[in-house]
Amino acid sequence: MRFEPVIGLEVHAQLQTRSKMFCGCATEFGAPANTRTCPVCLGLPGALPVVNARAVEMAIRTGLALHCDVRPANQFARKNYFYPDLPKGYQISQYNRPICENGWLEFQANGTSRKVRIRRAHLEEDAGKNIHAGAGSLVDLNRAGTPLIEIVTEPDMGSAEEVGLYLKALRDVLMYIDVCDGNMEQGSLRCEPNLSLRPAGSGELGTKVELKNINSFKFVKDAIEYEIKRQTNVLSEGGTIHQETRLWDIERNQTAVMRSKEEAHDYRYFPDPDLVPLVIAEERIEELRATIQELPKDRHRRFQEEYGLPDYDAGVLTSSRALADYFEACVTLLAEPKLISNFLMSEFLREVHQAGTSVEAAPVSPERLVGLLQLVRDDTISLKVAKEVFPELCAGDKPAAQLVEEKGLRQLSDEGELRALIDAVIEQHPAQAAQYRGGKEAVIGFLVGQAMKRSGGKANPQKVNALFKTRLAP
Amino acid sequence: MPAVAAGCRFFLHTQARFTSMSLVKWTLKELQDRFTRGDVSAVEIVRAYFLRISVVESKVKAYITLNDKEATLSQAEALDHALSAWRKTEPMMAMPIAVKDNICTENLPTTCGSRMLGNFVPPYSATVVDALRAQQCFLIGKTNLDEFGMGSSTEYSAFGASRNPWKLSRVPGGSSGGSAAAVAADECVAALGTDTGGSIRQPAACCGVVGLKPTYGRVSRYGLIAFASSLDQIGPITKDVMDAALLLNVLAGRDPRDSTSADKPVPDFTRAFKKKDVKKLKIGVPLEFFAEGLDPEVYDAVGEALAVLEDLGGAIEEVSLPHTGVAVATYYIVATAEASSNLARYDGVKYGFRAKERSDLMEMYRATRQEGFGPEVKRRIMLGTYALSSGYYDAYYAKAQAVRTLIREEFGRVFQDVDVLVTPVMPTPAFQLGEKIEDPLQMYLSDLYTISASLAGIPAMSLPCGFSRQGLPIGMQILGRPFEEDVVLRAARAYELATDWRKKRPLIR
Repeated sequence: MRFEPVIGLEVHAQLQTRSKMFCGCATEFGAPANTRTCPVCLGLPGALPVVNARAVEMAIRTGLALHCDVRPANQFARKNYFYPDLPKGYQISQYNRPICENGWLEFQANGTSRKVRIRRAHLEEDAGKNIHAGAGSLVDLNRAGTPLIEIVTEPDMGSAEEVGLYLKALRDVLMYIDVCDGNMEQGSLRCEPNLSLRPAGSGELGTKVELKNINSFKFVKDAIEYEIKRQTNVLSEGGTIHQETRLWDIERNQTAVMRSKEEAHDYRYFPDPDLVPLVIAEERIEELRATIQELPKDRHRRFQEEYGLPDYDAGVLTSSRALADYFEACVTLLAEPKLISNFLMSEFLREVHQAGTSVEAAPVSPERLVGLLQLVRDDTISLKVAKEVFPELCAGDKPAAQLVEEKGLRQLSDEGELRALIDAVIEQHPAQAAQYRGGKEAVIGFLVGQAMKRSGGKANPQKVNALFKTRLAP
Repeated sequence: MPAVAAGCRFFLHTQARFTSMSLVKWTLKELQDRFTRGDVSAVEIVRAYFLRISVVESKVKAYITLNDKEATLSQAEALDHALSAWRKTEPMMAMPIAVKDNICTENLPTTCGSRMLGNFVPPYSATVVDALRAQQCFLIGKTNLDEFGMGSSTEYSAFGASRNPWKLSRVPGGSSGGSAAAVAADECVAALGTDTGGSIRQPAACCGVVGLKPTYGRVSRYGLIAFASSLDQIGPITKDVMDAALLLNVLAGRDPRDSTSADKPVPDFTRAFKKKDVKKLKIGVPLEFFAEGLDPEVYDAVGEALAVLEDLGGAIEEVSLPHTGVAVATYYIVATAEASSNLARYDGVKYGFRAKERSDLMEMYRATRQEGFGPEVKRRIMLGTYALSSGYYDAYYAKAQAVRTLIREEFGRVFQDVDVLVTPVMPTPAFQLGEKIEDPLQMYLSDLYTISASLAGIPAMSLPCGFSRQGLPIGMQILGRPFEEDVVLRAARAYELATDWRKKRPLIR
């Protein structure tokens, strides 16, 4: 029998607020242990949570970007369990009244469009961190109370590859609307797939296994592929799949049981009496809808239509919002989309990469970069010269025109000077000139090359070419 | 009145204007007035109260922790010194206030009457404590309570029971028994209590003092160590109704640190006393509160109080609250469910008690909670955990919430017809120490009349309305519409001024 996998995904994304979900402590990563804490996030007796309004806004914007319904009255609930990194003995989360529900995310898979349904997206607080040290364990509560949004899909995916594409598309959206930095290694984005197999073509769902401890795109793929194989083997040998949670073991490249259904926690969810229901006015939702920038896939399409860019260029430029913004900033200054696109994808990104920085902190502003390309468009310099000058433009703060002027790189375009130049070349290479006149047109390349060399690369090659043709016309 | 000249003060002093024994009998209002006029100094106040405490505390056992006498005295000296230049006072300045030991006080132990928090010194103060300290009151000490507020007698305190100043063999009520006993025994001029199902009102009735549970949301809960978050409220326990209004003035108001605190305007509650009668006030008498099980002496006392209110111009009307009978059951599901979660943080990991080193985490949790909590707390954690468990949630917690809504709606309907309700506070006067400790259900039923107002979130006040033949105080309860503490206070004050109960004081022996 052939089996097909049915996969759903829970993604926890850390919201990029400055302060925590229910208190004023900073959310920064990497501070000394337990220094970003207060009575509230330490769970001290008597302390009470107050909802971070920015986190709520980000959750709503996430929901809107994922085409969700935003609940006008949603509620926080307590998820009760004991663990040393959970200071209150419960996590404040949302249960049967999440802030966002019933959405979808569309992405491209093998050239076709795929849509994965989003069941819900809800707000919650993160736990702290246990650090096992020697005989005992240490607890760092800096992370405790960091705002998270948990985004849960329907079981709509059928392969590890598809999960990877969904995750990439989701990450792009979250980064695009500025709610999450998308950093999987630092734990800003964590995912927990759930997976079952069923006979190919069957409409029923099999027993589902949840996978945890996955913190990179590669592990998502590896863990899912391993689990598909494992379950296929079990079922093929007539065995049964047990409902359980399994951990991905990075060392051994396999999943292992973490807890069975019988050991599953009873979280005893109930509405948190310390927090009144969160009521969101319809007008507020519309205001936030207006703040959602165009999503990557829409921008990709628009770049093709509005700027006449090839699919490839549009894809590269919209892969990050910063790059797309940079491109558009350039285009409004100089209406040469393809020239700009080419330059950004090659010279610009190389320079950014070499400087070890990001597009946001690019060493050159759109104004200065356009200043350079303007010279190319005006035939003041060649593209080749522009590329040569670019690192210097990035390193200093002189305008492109001044750099070109000072270095004497201005292109030679004056017809009189150019005529004298080609006359000198013809005089020096009479044989080649004769060959051209005799009909061997390819020789013109050699002649132009000589003229460029003589001019120190400054002659305008198109003009030189044209002048040779007129001069040597039969 | 301007500040009294120094020479004049000396003259007054030599005339023995008062003794420390008379000073401690003054109400908050009297003490405020005298201190504002300069008739009494902060040092005199502190000395008088610490003297009083040294005489009666060993019998009453109202306090778990007393503030340092010398430190308080130097605070008082500094205050007197500052005021000698320019007498500008705040209402609570130099007032010796006691605080129930489940309200956080920075640098002063806050134990909740539990072994679990026996060594806990909060690094921060509750919002209400900050408000009092901002006016430079004296925190005299932290008063005894049933562990985490769970009980009706203070017998469940890990530090021993408090005694009823009227008769030391009786309980002072609970859970704010220490606060009520301290006020009744003149060991502080006023106290803060907390009320979840009657924990301010019931001990106030037992000790013959005034207790006010404000509307849920009227007073910030920030820094109140939670028992049941949707029911807990901080409120004043005082010698009379005027004092309750004065203290509530300081406590009430929206707190950005408590999302459940209400954004409602806070009046000067003493303005409610401009009218000295209850003319045009419609007073409802819910029949269900006068049914079987009510001690005849309590029945008679409350009945006579109603007659007084009628004489004062109130229109008495019988009303019905049919769900009163299920209030106790509803309460013990909602409150214990919330408690089971609120008390999860006491796990021995971060602060408070931890059982001796265990190798295994789960063992450490078990032993810590086994040894750190007393029997009533464990009972309620188990009840609440059960009520929230998967498969039982709908039958218990969800059902209880639904009934709670019915009870709230029922009050809403009744309050369309009447302005306040008058009921007994508890079915009997204060019971004997040890009488109910082995019978939790009997103990729970002593909150029968106070629980409904907690579930409905409405303001409710307890004030003395007589004495039993054995000389024990009897309390009556006045309930009002949400955020109408002023109406409740007005009725209570009119009654208080028309009677002499507050003038009778316990003789502690």
